[in-house]
Amino acid sequence: MVVIVDYGVGNLFSLASSFKAIGVDAIVSGDKEVIESAERIILPGVGAFGDASDKLFSSGLAEVVIDQAKKGKPLLGICLGMQLLFDKSFEYGEHKGLSLIKGEIRPIEEVIPKDYKIPHIGWNALQFTKKSELFKYLNDGDFVYFVHSFYGTNCNESVIATSEYGYPLTAAVGDKNVFGCQFHPEKSGEVGLKILKAFCEINA
Amino acid sequence: MITKRIIPCLDVKNGRVVKGVNFEGLSDVSSPVELGKYYSDNGADELVFYDITASSEGRALFTDILKEVASTIFIPLTVGGGINTLDDFDRVLKCGADKVSVNSGAIKNPDLIYQAAKRYGDQCVVLSADVKRVDGVFRVFAKGGRENTGMEAISWIKRGVDNGAGEIVLNSIDTDGVKGGFDLEMLSKVCDAVSVPVIASGGAGNIQHFVELFNTLPKVDAGLAASIFHFGEVKISDLKEQLFKNGIPVRR
Repeated sequence: MVVIVDYGVGNLFSLASSFKAIGVDAIVSGDKEVIESAERIILPGVGAFGDASDKLFSSGLAEVVIDQAKKGKPLLGICLGMQLLFDKSFEYGEHKGLSLIKGEIRPIEEVIPKDYKIPHIGWNALQFTKKSELFKYLNDGDFVYFVHSFYGTNCNESVIATSEYGYPLTAAVGDKNVFGCQFHPEKSGEVGLKILKAFCEINA
Repeated sequence: MITKRIIPCLDVKNGRVVKGVNFEGLSDVSSPVELGKYYSDNGADELVFYDITASSEGRALFTDILKEVASTIFIPLTVGGGINTLDDFDRVLKCGADKVSVNSGAIKNPDLIYQAAKRYGDQCVVLSADVKRVDGVFRVFAKGGRENTGMEAISWIKRGVDNGAGEIVLNSIDTDGVKGGFDLEMLSKVCDAVSVPVIASGGAGNIQHFVELFNTLPKVDAGLAASIFHFGEVKISDLKEQLFKNGIPVRR
């Protein structure tokens, strides 16, 4: 069973539906015991980093997720959920993350050309930078759907895919059992479902 | 490289897709779920659902249908029509919409864009504008293009973006339904005025019109159309093939 961590951020309907579509039991929950008993964990998120990080820490769920990840349970952060895995973010101030992936989150405007639009929104191709179990059903160049204005940096060791937007933006990270996608697999058609399927097949 | 998006638009009334649809292989051509799935399987990058129902019964039916669509189709969904309040945003977002498009609702209450962007993020709020030339000036029309608001269009759109609209759908009433190509002049003015993605709507009659759109105005992010897709006059896979051959980045 997969648990989609509910900490009051965003709408988890599509995410829950996509697991249903690949025939995997998924439950949306903010309950500590449910998260602990799940086989794998999805950390979703939309909105601002500071707000999400506050909710995650104040609810005590941050500790639960960190603890489970350190015990080796497969964890996948999606969009803001990926960013939360990092040490810290500089989105409107400085906020701490879960420190499960070494690196930080910074505005994309610092690295992309001036005439590029922000947010980075739409379908972009993945370039694999490392072999990862998460992409075992994918081909280099497959398209996924992005919506973001901040990106992961100083995380070279864990980058497994980038996407070109006038700069090779971090598209996905992976470090042992901890994974993160900057894009939305639940909005990336068949390609996205294949990523979720691969995640569900990673040995727990 | 971010790709140019191709977006079919479906008008839904009382739970059914209206405007004739003509597809082989679909058992129920006016089912939003079946049509949505057809487009999703055939290369659409995003879907727009417009609720053109007037009654509250129809509205409830629409949200049920939306839920069904959102649980079967895993590409971005934008919902528009009858969005007048934050509660309307809430209602469709809970059913799986990713973006919400406002038009007349924002004209009646311009604060709606600001409030919605603050609560759900800029990326969630799409400003859809129906624009027509009146004595050489671009004017915003309300109520499905029937009523001239008297507002100048470019400043209205700029104001919407300043208030937090994350994307613009520009529908040219002048070219809509004519099938003579997109309104490049109007689109160019809007692209120069704002830095958020602009979606071109109104006027597409064939594949060449899309090639022309993206070649002439590289700043345009997406092309939206309804009937040419619904009637099978343009197949999205053929369209993308041609765009690709013309050096325009697309998801294939």
